[in-house]
Amino acid sequence: MALDRIRLADFRNHAATRLEGAGRFNLLIGPNGAGKTNVLEALSLLAPGRGLRRAQLSDIPREGAHGGFAVGADLVSGVTPVRIGTALRADNPGRRIVQASGAPLPATRLAEWLSVTWLTPAMDRLFTDSAGGRRRFLDRMVLALRPDHAAHSTRYDKALRERNRLMGGDARPDAGWLDALEKEMAEAGALIAQGRAETVARLAEAIAAVPDGPFAQPELRVEPAAPADAGELVELWRAGRAADRGAGRTLAGPHRDDLSVTMAGTGRAAAECSTGEQKAMLIAITLAHAELAAGSRPLVLLLDEVAAHLDPVRRAVLYERLAATGAQIWMTGTETEPFASLPERPAAWRVTSGEAVPL
Amino acid sequence: MASQDPRGNEIERLASSLARLPGLGPRSARRAVLWLVKRRDTALVDLLASLTAVQESLVECQVCGNVDTSDPCHVCADPRRDQRSICVVEDVADLWALDRAKLYTGRYHVLGGRLSALDGVGPEDLAIGSLLARVEEGGIDEVVLAMNATLEGQTTAHYIAERLEERPVRVTQLAHGLPVGGELDYMDEGTLAQALRARRPVG
Ligand SMILES: Nc1ncnc2c1ncn2[C@@H]1O[C@H](COP(=O)(O)OP(=O)(O)OP(=O)(O)O)[C@@H](O)[C@H]1O
Ligand SMILES: [Mg+2]
Ligand SMILES: [Zn+2]
Repeated sequence: MALDRIRLADFRNHAATRLEGAGRFNLLIGPNGAGKTNVLEALSLLAPGRGLRRAQLSDIPREGAHGGFAVGADLVSGVTPVRIGTALRADNPGRRIVQASGAPLPATRLAEWLSVTWLTPAMDRLFTDSAGGRRRFLDRMVLALRPDHAAHSTRYDKALRERNRLMGGDARPDAGWLDALEKEMAEAGALIAQGRAETVARLAEAIAAVPDGPFAQPELRVEPAAPADAGELVELWRAGRAADRGAGRTLAGPHRDDLSVTMAGTGRAAAECSTGEQKAMLIAITLAHAELAAGSRPLVLLLDEVAAHLDPVRRAVLYERLAATGAQIWMTGTETEPFASLPERPAAWRVTSGEAVPL
Repeated sequence: MASQDPRGNEIERLASSLARLPGLGPRSARRAVLWLVKRRDTALVDLLASLTAVQESLVECQVCGNVDTSDPCHVCADPRRDQRSICVVEDVADLWALDRAKLYTGRYHVLGGRLSALDGVGPEDLAIGSLLARVEEGGIDEVVLAMNATLEGQTTAHYIAERLEERPVRVTQLAHGLPVGGELDYMDEGTLAQALRARRPVG
């Protein structure tokens, strides 16, 4: 088990919602617009980053309330539960604060406590949209295996923004300053690239180990946009300074990596597969990842509208494999019927107009 | 009817000045003001006198950039301190934190900030020229870079290390067993001591 005694305060359409008695499988059932995805979004903010909608913080506080929000939960693993939470205070709306056991914590360090990953309808376009979404998807999976990944990414992004500012400025950038920044970027960038390569290798292994199932088997590969070695990265950026100065930004680096997915057997690129095949490959990746990740830290898997779109055979296999991962699962649906084949009794809530009542 | 604040404007102003002090905030500030008001003939007079004295005598040390009541500052003027070692820090607060720990016996150099393109702080905005000049004058064996573990702090450390590369000094850096993103100013003395003891050459 992972999360329990969850509390949402002024979080989107939830004024004060409590979810108690969570189990391994947890269902949120209710009509369209009831606030089911909002609950998943709240849980996704118990991880570093911007959550499953990648929302602006200012969009989240409940309309008509005082301009802040709070999400809290008990992390149940080991003997004593740890209370973790995140909040936005109306008087400091630029920054969400994070706490564990009552003490403030940088958001990146949430990953030391638990991993949160998700599948949402918006991700149906993951393979056809830009590389950014695939990179974030991959990075979330890396983070579950290597909790330092978020800190390296933050450091890299910060250094990159600094370098881009120097490259885009009117004045000719100070060469020594660039040297110093590129050293920092290379150190963090190499760790990022290595984390991605290792994660994809382990995923590929885990996927290959699954017997041919009802879900199309994906083949994964990182398409690196830069070397994974700090020394080579330093060389790359030094050699690229003139071009980067012309472009006003850093053209090459791990911030341009991509995740390539093809269907095993056919070798067809995921973007060219049918909608159903794409979804099946996403599920296969998510399941393989859950199996890898659930061992180290509590893993919370948020599956928004996943069950309803599968046929009964695939649904049953999905549930069985989910049960085997050891992750805590949160699923949404408009009715209970598609969940009838769950291998064990779920905790369930009926969600209506921003309120949740146990079913 | 709007309720009237029973306190006068001056008292309100004092409370709001105190509230701005780090770690205080409006509530503690009101408590402090009340305490002072009750002791206006003793504690308040005393506080006022020490504030005025500090305000009148505060100067920036022309050697290291420390803020003290004398120039050169008490650290630079102390003949028992190691003249051959300079510890470079971002801000005066870092100097004070390190010196409170009484672990480092050399002298300091305050940069007055850290490199940040986004904040518009470049090398020429920091006291890097005067550091190079101090090293240039000779008699210095070691420069300890004690920047914060933040991205900006470490970028600044790399930058200075490179500028010192050609000079005949040993450049070392605090061993950052410190949390990533850690600020010296907030570190306990045990962690600082460890970082200082385990300082390592830069290269
Ligand atoms: N900041 C906010 N304050 C109040 N309500 C909000 C806020 N942000 C979104 N909402 C409302 O929350 C509701 C959507 O909730 P959510 O997306 O969780 O629905 P859902 O139950 O997942 O529905 P569906 O089944 O259609 O996916 C919408 O009615 C939306 O207007
Ligand atoms: Mg929804
Ligand atoms: Zn001095």
